[in-house]
Order: sequence, then C-alpha cells, then structure tokens
Amino acid sequence: MSVALSAQDISRALTRISHEILEKNHGSSDITVLGIPTRGAHLAARIAEIMSSIEGKEIAHGTLDITLYRDDLRLRPPRTIMPTSIPPIGVQGRDVILIDDVLYSGRTIRAALDALGEVGRPRTVQLAVLVDRGHRQLPIRADFVGKNLPTSEKQSVKVSLTEIDGVDEVVIEGEAS
Amino acid sequence: MRHLLSINDLSTTDAIGILDTATELARINDGQVKKLPTLRGRTIVNLFAEDSTRTRISFEAAAKRLSADVINFSAKGSSLSKGESLKDTAQTLQAMGADAVVIRHSASGAAQRLADLEWMSGSVINAGDGTHEHPSQALLDAFTIRKHLGKGASDLTGLRIAIVGDVLHSRVARSNVLLLSMLGADVVLVAPPTLLPVGVESWPATISYDFDSVIPNVDAIMMLRVQQERMSDLFFPNSREYSRYFGLNSERMSAMAKHAIVMHPGPMNRGLEIAADVADSARSVIVEQVTNGVNVRMAILYVLLAGGPLEVGSNS
Repeated sequence: MSVALSAQDISRALTRISHEILEKNHGSSDITVLGIPTRGAHLAARIAEIMSSIEGKEIAHGTLDITLYRDDLRLRPPRTIMPTSIPPIGVQGRDVILIDDVLYSGRTIRAALDALGEVGRPRTVQLAVLVDRGHRQLPIRADFVGKNLPTSEKQSVKVSLTEIDGVDEVVIEGEAS
Repeated sequence: MRHLLSINDLSTTDAIGILDTATELARINDGQVKKLPTLRGRTIVNLFAEDSTRTRISFEAAAKRLSADVINFSAKGSSLSKGESLKDTAQTLQAMGADAVVIRHSASGAAQRLADLEWMSGSVINAGDGTHEHPSQALLDAFTIRKHLGKGASDLTGLRIAIVGDVLHSRVARSNVLLLSMLGADVVLVAPPTLLPVGVESWPATISYDFDSVIPNVDAIMMLRVQQERMSDLFFPNSREYSRYFGLNSERMSAMAKHAIVMHPGPMNRGLEIAADVADSARSVIVEQVTNGVNVRMAILYVLLAGGPLEVGSNS
C-alpha cells in the first residue's frame, strides 16, 4: 500500500482544477458542476466552493446518480441507488462539468452521459477527475485531471475523503506487476 | 433475493432498502425522466388469474418505466380458463424466456408453489395469493406512511397504525401487520370477531372491537375492503350495521389526530367501510397510494432483477 496523494496534494489538485475549469470556460457564468455519487459528489461540492470563492458568486452544483444507466448491472448484486439533485438552473444549454474521483474503464462516464441526456441537452460536457489510473475500455478521456497514476489492473486505487472517511488521502493497494 | 413471496422473506434491512430505492425512484419520476434503461431486454409476465386494476397496471407501468418488456396474461381469455394447470402455464412462460412472473391467484400459496417447484428459472413476485399475502401492497403502504409521518426516519418506530375491517379475508392486512411491526410500528387490528382469522392472537398486533376508542390514538387508519366475493357465510347482520360500527364516516374522521391520515388499498366499497366524503377528503392518501405503488414496484423489480446472480469479473 502506498500513499499516492496526501491531503495537501488533494487540496492543491482541486484548486488547480477549479482554476483550469474557469480558464477554459472563460469564467463561470454558464457552468453547472455535477458530481457522481458518492465521492465525486463531495469533490463536486468542494470544486464548486473553490470556484465560488474565486469568482465571488455562487456556482450551480448538484449530483447525478448513474446506477440505473450502468451497463454492468447484471454482473453484480443490485447496487444502491444514490440521490440525484440537479440544481434549479438545470443543464439545458449549460457547460456541465462532470466530476468523479477515479477514472478507470470509462464505463461510469458513459453511463453518466446517458443519464445527463435524459435531463437535458448541455452545450458542452467536460470531465474532471481526481485520479486517472488508465486502462480505459471506452474512448473517453478527462479534460481536467488531478493526478495521472500509472497502475496495474491488479491494483486498486482507494480515494478517502474527510466527508465520508474522516481523512483526505489517495492510496494504491496491491503490488504492481 | 430472488423472489418476493411473503414479507417473511425480507429482513428489516431488505425492506428499508426497497423503501429507500423507491424514494430515489420517486424523485426521478417526479422530474422529467419517465423512462430508465435499467431492465432493457428483460421480460416480465403479469400472470393475473384473479381480477385486478391497480396492482396489474402498477406493475405494468413500473416494468415499462424500467424499459422491460411486459406480457400481460389474465385468466379470462387464456387457457387457464380452459383448465390448464399452473404448472403447464409456468412451463409455457419459461419456454418463452420470462425473467420474472408477477402472479395474482385466488389460491393461497400459489406464488410459493411456483417458486418452490422450480418450474421456471425466473423470479416470482407475489401480487396477492388468496387470503394469504400481498407484499408489494404492504411495501407501498409502509412507503406512504413513512413519507407522511416518518419525519425523516428510515423506519416507522413509534407510529400507531389501525387496520380496520375484514381482516379475515385480507392478504393486505396480513402483509401489513408483518411489515409495519417489523419496521417498528404498533399495529391495532379493529374488526368484528367474526372477521378475524383463527390464530390472530399470535400476530404481532393488538386487537380491538371498539373502533371509536382507537381512532384518537393512531397516526394512520387503514380501511380494508369488505370482500363480499370471498364470503360464503354471514359474517355480520347487515351492511348498515357493519357501517355503523366499523365504517369510517366524517364524524369518526373528525375524532382523528390532526396529523393522522386515511388509507385504503382499493377497490373501495364507498358507503360500506368508508364514506365517500372521507375517501375524497384532504386526509385521504388513497390516490397517492396508487402513485407510490408504481415507485415501490419499480424498486422491487430493480432489487430482484437489475443485479446478476453471480459476481463475474469487476468493472468499476
């Protein structure tokens, strides 16, 4: 087990990502931030807060559960459905920033795009992740990455956040081979 | 969990899990999303060997909102009315590749038999068997009670609920007593002695013969339909007398606690167990029970059918 990101690393990465999002979108006026539960939802709230303090105004943010849109539901026992909360301004014509903790196969994001399509038609959809660990199974990439972590498929990447786990930390478990 | 045959099949965690899933689905259904791809490619058969309005269309709507294919099948107009046995019917459904069968049958234990004898490989969901159980109705009733009176709690601890009327013939009452008491509620059964089943003393509920003394002390009153079609004997002298002692009229309703709600699983005998003005009053959640039924049945289908039986590989 090795610590890949400490609490300070995470905090710096989220600050940088927030600035990058604002830079790329020329400000915050049309941005809606949506986190994928559970940890992505907390990251989304943090990024929205950092962007709010940079811009000096509230950034619309919410959560988007993708469980019902997964293509691998039948491979597992039933998963718990998590809350979806779309901010009142919605996603129609907005620049939606999807936020997740780890980008791996890309299947979660594919499901998220389907789920988003049911809610409305955003002008753009961008993806921000704390960790990109590679091994994509679909043609999907992140626009904003906290850290690229080269891993083997046998390893697992565990993201802990204070809101849920009491500590901010990213660790890699298992041996690289 | 593969089948839903009886409330006894559920643990408290399972039951709360279904209610929580229904809560999230209700939020999705309230929004603009009416169709989810979750059960695309699955086939669900509604096998109704007994008449039904609410339960059948509610299961049909639930399955369709999850993108499953639905085949409706009722006794009238099928070979069941020619005397085909349940076994042959089940094997026919198996041959057509049904992933789940929602069964309503006049014989108690029909769903259990379908599940136990492995005539088919899919899930069996009991949508009412004789006078035995109706678990999806109890789950939607618990959902409705929790939504109105739960104050954010996950279970029903501390709530008092009266179930009034024809307990003897009611599968709704039996499932509700089991589920509501499992979730921590105190259940009072109110009925004339002739309409209580043998062995009711062993149920997790108290019994009262005096409706008026119960009314002010409960948070919800669930009226049961007088099931005349199942009554071969005379259980009460006449309907006017039944109505006077055990019917919910506006006078009785005014004695209820301010926050208390009126429920009825439907179909109602207006003027017999419930007065029309009570059924249509602001306290009545009877129409909402139907709406909640779709969400709860979506949750049941999701829990039984969305996941695979085995853990194969892992993609996160």
